[in-house]
Amino acid sequence: MNIVVCLKQVPKKDSILRIGSDGKWIDERDISYEMSEADAYALEEALRQKEKHGGEVIVVSLGPERARQSIKEALAKGADRAIHLFDSVFDTATDSAAVARAISAALKDEKYDLILTGLQSDDYGFAQVGLIVAEQLGLPSATIVMEVQPEDSAVRVKRELESGWFQWVRLPMPALLTIQSGINQLRYATLKGIMAAKKKEIREVKAADIGLTSDDLKPGQVIERAYLPEKTKRTEFIEGKPAEAAAKLVEKLRFDARVI
Amino acid sequence: MSQGILLFIEQRDGVLNRTSFEAMVAAQGIASATGEKLSAVVLGKAIDGVASEAASKKLDAVHTVQDDKLAEYTPDGYVAALKQVVEKLDPRFVILSHTYQVRDFAPKLAASLGKTFVTDCVGYRVEGSEVVFTRQVFQGKINTDVRMVAEPPILASFQAGAYRADKAEAGDSAAPITPFEINLTDVQIRTQLEPKFQEAKQAVDLSQAPLIVAVGRGIKSQENIEMVQKLVEALGAEIAASRPICDNEWLPMDRQIGSSGQTVSPKLYLAVGISGAIQHVVGMKNSQTIVAINKDAEAPIFDIADYGIVGDLFDIVPALTAEITRVKSEGK
Ligand SMILES: Cc1cc2nc3c(=O)[nH]c(=O)nc-3n(C[C@H](O)[C@H](O)[C@H](O)COP(=O)(O)OP(=O)(O)OC[C@H]3O[C@@H](n4cnc5c(N)ncnc54)[C@H](O)[C@@H]3O)c2cc1C
Ligand SMILES: Nc1ncnc2c1ncn2[C@@H]1O[C@H](COP(=O)(O)O)[C@@H](O)[C@H]1O
Repeated sequence: MNIVVCLKQVPKKDSILRIGSDGKWIDERDISYEMSEADAYALEEALRQKEKHGGEVIVVSLGPERARQSIKEALAKGADRAIHLFDSVFDTATDSAAVARAISAALKDEKYDLILTGLQSDDYGFAQVGLIVAEQLGLPSATIVMEVQPEDSAVRVKRELESGWFQWVRLPMPALLTIQSGINQLRYATLKGIMAAKKKEIREVKAADIGLTSDDLKPGQVIERAYLPEKTKRTEFIEGKPAEAAAKLVEKLRFDARVI
Repeated sequence: MSQGILLFIEQRDGVLNRTSFEAMVAAQGIASATGEKLSAVVLGKAIDGVASEAASKKLDAVHTVQDDKLAEYTPDGYVAALKQVVEKLDPRFVILSHTYQVRDFAPKLAASLGKTFVTDCVGYRVEGSEVVFTRQVFQGKINTDVRMVAEPPILASFQAGAYRADKAEAGDSAAPITPFEINLTDVQIRTQLEPKFQEAKQAVDLSQAPLIVAVGRGIKSQENIEMVQKLVEALGAEIAASRPICDNEWLPMDRQIGSSGQTVSPKLYLAVGISGAIQHVVGMKNSQTIVAINKDAEAPIFDIADYGIVGDLFDIVPALTAEITRVKSEGK
């Protein structure tokens, strides 16, 4: 079974985010990056399926030079090869439809049974790229997937619904699934894996290679301003050294809020 | 030329999803600010009740789309049906609520129409005939104002809780309900559905707990949960968690609070090392008193906290445990 995993590199979870000087995105200096969380789970799921059923795991990532780091990590964990969509022409692809167009075009000549994406990215959080790829490639899809059971020419998946409900659905393959965090337990790359990854292919793909021009990659929506949200509620902040703050808080909870 | 606004009303088993009324608040606001007419669309099989419930609101029309292929929700059925509706009505905006169902089909709908879709918005601003949408990035840590450059129809979904359902304006008289003719004969439904279910072992019911201490990824590792457990014991509280803690199996699934976990409203909700992503917040925002301990003063959890301590939880939690133990041992 051949599985494509769409993988995005995003600022690390604990990053201190500041607004950049153009006021339209974050200041990307001094930020370290990692694989978007749900994508790490999608990759892990692909590797587990490959271990059970054989086949190849192909990683696709659109991003700048630094995205190579996350691609290498995926190869070190066991992916077989990678496609890196890396070209300044992709810089204008800032909305989900444009990113999806590039990914779909890059996958046109690939043979796959499943495409896995994260259910949403940790930076933009569009929750769209995977499904747009599915539509562009004519694939059936299921979102927020918590379990994957391949059958002969179909795949049975457990979807998460709201408030603790689930549903199994079956789709003919090839299909696209968006994977929810927590579907499995993530592995770490081993030293052996890191060494093996050095020999694996990372194919750099430019827009022209897949027949796209900057016109095809124009976004349908643009961010005109990024800013810290205004706090709508007035939180009473309690200051002081830990013991002091703890004493003040307990007093507030006992005598003002009267909850303990 | 595109005209009017279309609101998607979600239903399951003939029950209207209340978040559709939240999105309706935004849709009504945009309609009145732009002078556009507002209609709603309901898909399904036996949906007359849902349609008349929607029609009691201030709307210009309610369209019902009934077909055997829409009896149960599938992305193929919904995309095919709504594509026909949107192409025929050609509205300027299609407004939806950002539910799990909408996440499952609306991006495909937008792609099949070749239109842009702005997801999970928390607000909007009308500028002349244009609408600028506000959506959060980085899990609520940063807001962005997003301008549409694509041709209409423009699809926009609103986050759960962005507006209050009870603020949806009622109409002076019931809006006309009209069946909308579409043709799904050639549409193939590729998804086969099994019955919905809940995991059987929901061992703990946190909804009745008066005091909850919830722990998030700030705790760093499983061993450190012990430290929070001590605070829980000192308080006589229940322990709960954000999703990543349960994903990592540091605490069982049934301790998870949020859109895919339990919904609670205790007297005290103490959030330790939790950032306050919307999917967590929907499960606890109605708590009577919310306290947050977080090293990041900008963490979204402080948006809803009554009391906050900005600092390292590894210093503050033990201090708090000691203080509570001390106060309790003094009795009374
Ligand atoms: C469809 C869907 C459903 C979801 N359902 C749920 C759900 O039901 N429940 C849920 O919780 N999440 C859910 N999520 C995930 C949610 O979006 C967030 O990813 C999650 O809530 C984040 O958990 P967290 O706050 O513990 O972790 P993080 O966001 O990583 O936050 C950790 C926090 O700890 C703070 N911190 C770190 N170190 C320290 C320290 N030493 N001292 C003090 N503070 C520290 C950091 O400043 C940060 O604010 C869902 C997501 C999706 C897409
Ligand atoms: N630049 C990218 N490169 C590769 N995959 C991506 C990219 N952007 C988004 N994706 C995939 O699409 C999923 C959803 O992203 P989003 O629509 O931005 O929330 C992510 O979890 C990834 O799997």
